[in-house]
Amino acid sequence: MKLNKIILSFVSALVILFSTSVASFAKVVGDKIILGAAISLTGKYSSNGVHTQNGYNMAVDRINSMGGVKVGGKTYKFDIIYYDDESNPKRAAQLAERLISQDGVEFMLGPYSSGLTKAIAPVTEKYGVPMVEANGASRSLFTKGYKYLFAVLAPANLYLDVAIETAVELNGGKPVRIAQAFEQDAFSQDVRLGILDAAERTGSKIIIDDKLPKELNDMAATLVKVKQMKPDVLVVSGHTKGALTAIRQIAEMKVDVPMLAMTHCDAAKLSKQHGKNSQYALCASQWHKSLTYKDDFFKDGMTYAADFEKEFGYDPPYQSAESSAALLVFKDAFERANSFDQKKVRDALAATNMQTFYGNIKFAPGGQNVDKPMVLFQVMCDASGSCENKVVAPLKWASAKLIHPIPKWSER
Amino acid sequence: MDFLVFQYPMITLQACLDGILLGVLFALIAYGMALQWGVMNIINIAQGDLVILGGYIAYFMYLYGIHPAWGVIVAPVIMYFVGIAIYKLVINKVVDRDLFISILATFGISILFMQLMNFAFGADVVLANSGYGTTMLFDNNVVLPNSKIFSAFISIVFAVCLVIYMKKSKLGRAIRATAQNARAAKILGVDTEKVYAATFGINAALCGVAGALISITFTIHPYMGLPYTIRSFMIVIVAGLGNLPGVAMSGMGLGVFEEFADYILGTEFRIGSVFLLLVLILVYRRFKLSRKREYLK
Repeated sequence: MKLNKIILSFVSALVILFSTSVASFAKVVGDKIILGAAISLTGKYSSNGVHTQNGYNMAVDRINSMGGVKVGGKTYKFDIIYYDDESNPKRAAQLAERLISQDGVEFMLGPYSSGLTKAIAPVTEKYGVPMVEANGASRSLFTKGYKYLFAVLAPANLYLDVAIETAVELNGGKPVRIAQAFEQDAFSQDVRLGILDAAERTGSKIIIDDKLPKELNDMAATLVKVKQMKPDVLVVSGHTKGALTAIRQIAEMKVDVPMLAMTHCDAAKLSKQHGKNSQYALCASQWHKSLTYKDDFFKDGMTYAADFEKEFGYDPPYQSAESSAALLVFKDAFERANSFDQKKVRDALAATNMQTFYGNIKFAPGGQNVDKPMVLFQVMCDASGSCENKVVAPLKWASAKLIHPIPKWSER
Repeated sequence: MDFLVFQYPMITLQACLDGILLGVLFALIAYGMALQWGVMNIINIAQGDLVILGGYIAYFMYLYGIHPAWGVIVAPVIMYFVGIAIYKLVINKVVDRDLFISILATFGISILFMQLMNFAFGADVVLANSGYGTTMLFDNNVVLPNSKIFSAFISIVFAVCLVIYMKKSKLGRAIRATAQNARAAKILGVDTEKVYAATFGINAALCGVAGALISITFTIHPYMGLPYTIRSFMIVIVAGLGNLPGVAMSGMGLGVFEEFADYILGTEFRIGSVFLLLVLILVYRRFKLSRKREYLK
């Protein structure tokens, strides 16, 4: 009898402890809306994970200091629970489960990279938790019929197809010969699909189609082929290491190609650290600070960049800007839904149609943002050797004219 | 499949030269592995991570405005002491144990090093620019970055110096004696404990040189060590222990093999082809061994 009593009191103590710990983390506590995020703070994505976290934090501070979120006549402030997913998809999925089922989070922010977003999306979908993500651009995320996934960025297949179209236009509307090398990950392969579509649309021919390994640090073989076959455009996408390897070896091997189009140039700090070697490279970007989009919180790109630099000590890459934009989208959706009901917030998110400093945001049924074109910038250097990224397309925001064809190495 | 490499003789030549220059660098890493494998009977899974750490030393020199080529002098000195420290902390506890225990221990060191490097240096891919320019041959059809030529040259210099050192110096003789028979060496007054520490230190120093050269020639990243471990393992398996000309030849052979695999199968199969070759060679060796055994019967 006595033992039963002890067991009973032990169990009830556990229940009380558990329920209070859940309550302390529930979605909305007092005047706080608690969002959950699994972010890569260690592991191979940790640099971009930190950019993502800084972007989120910057927006949380800004929104909270400018009056917070107004729902049902009451003002709430944002707060985020972060976990480190160690750049590991399995861990990310576990953490999403933990955030939702243990911590009671009812609204999520995305992780960094398409691969990790792919791991988390089935979990948030299962629990009906709306997730606004800012760093998963893979097209496959938006074709699975997810109802609770919203991405503020343009899908990966749109990254570089503008480059092919521009090359065709500069070639007098005639098809071009394309050489391409892509890493074998979800994101880069989607960029490749975009190029294939663009090639088909313009009747262009792909003469080299190489795949790059995850451990890439040497692409001399691809570049030797490029030297021999002389394509009109060379497209490379393999995250930071792809960009760095390509720039180093193109310069060392003096590979002449009229147009070089890449991704991840700003993450690889090409213009700053590799100066003239990276000159004339054409880079796809989700955002550039010189774009003239506006909002009430960050004003415009230039102001955002200045504020960000003041707080974190470096120029914001687009990964930070898009992460900040995700919070603006959440705030707008909460206020329009005027409720914390997940379904209502989800519907409000689906009806989003707004402008932020990062760009216009309007979601297609698949969840991708269809109202924000990609921009292309070109690395341009002055006589003193200092280099800068200048937007060259779309023309509406171009701050410089595209230099085409790229001068030969022997003439530089 | 792409047989472009055989259609243009210049591409074939380019692939061979690239492969040989790369192979010499691999051979240097493999030589370190063969040395400590032979002496201590330890397969060091953390070999590649020591290489990457050496690369970071050169990279940081480059960041602070010192030419990264000086890394080939500074990195081995620092790495020698890192090697000694690893020996004192971990390896001396597993040196007389089963091979499996040492593999587990060095695997642990490898994971620890990866995480520590990631923590200390960040996950960014980095490189050190040497600004060495390019050598063009055959009417600009064959291109050799001078950084690759420099790497191969320095690798050869270090390998030759080490061979001379092993032959002439007292420590070198002690190392060779310990490799032949540790017990006999001990009886004859060789301090094998010291020899083991020095061997592990020399191996780490060689990894330091190779790492500095890799940061000048390619790129480095905290998680890029494993392919270098696999390559050196493979070279040592083919060449056998204590066979320096064999290590050099099999290093260059592997370099050329990788280049051709890259051209023919595609860059994505480059590392995969090394693994495949490793499996084939292990199967072949086993096959040869079993035949020998039958013969003995």
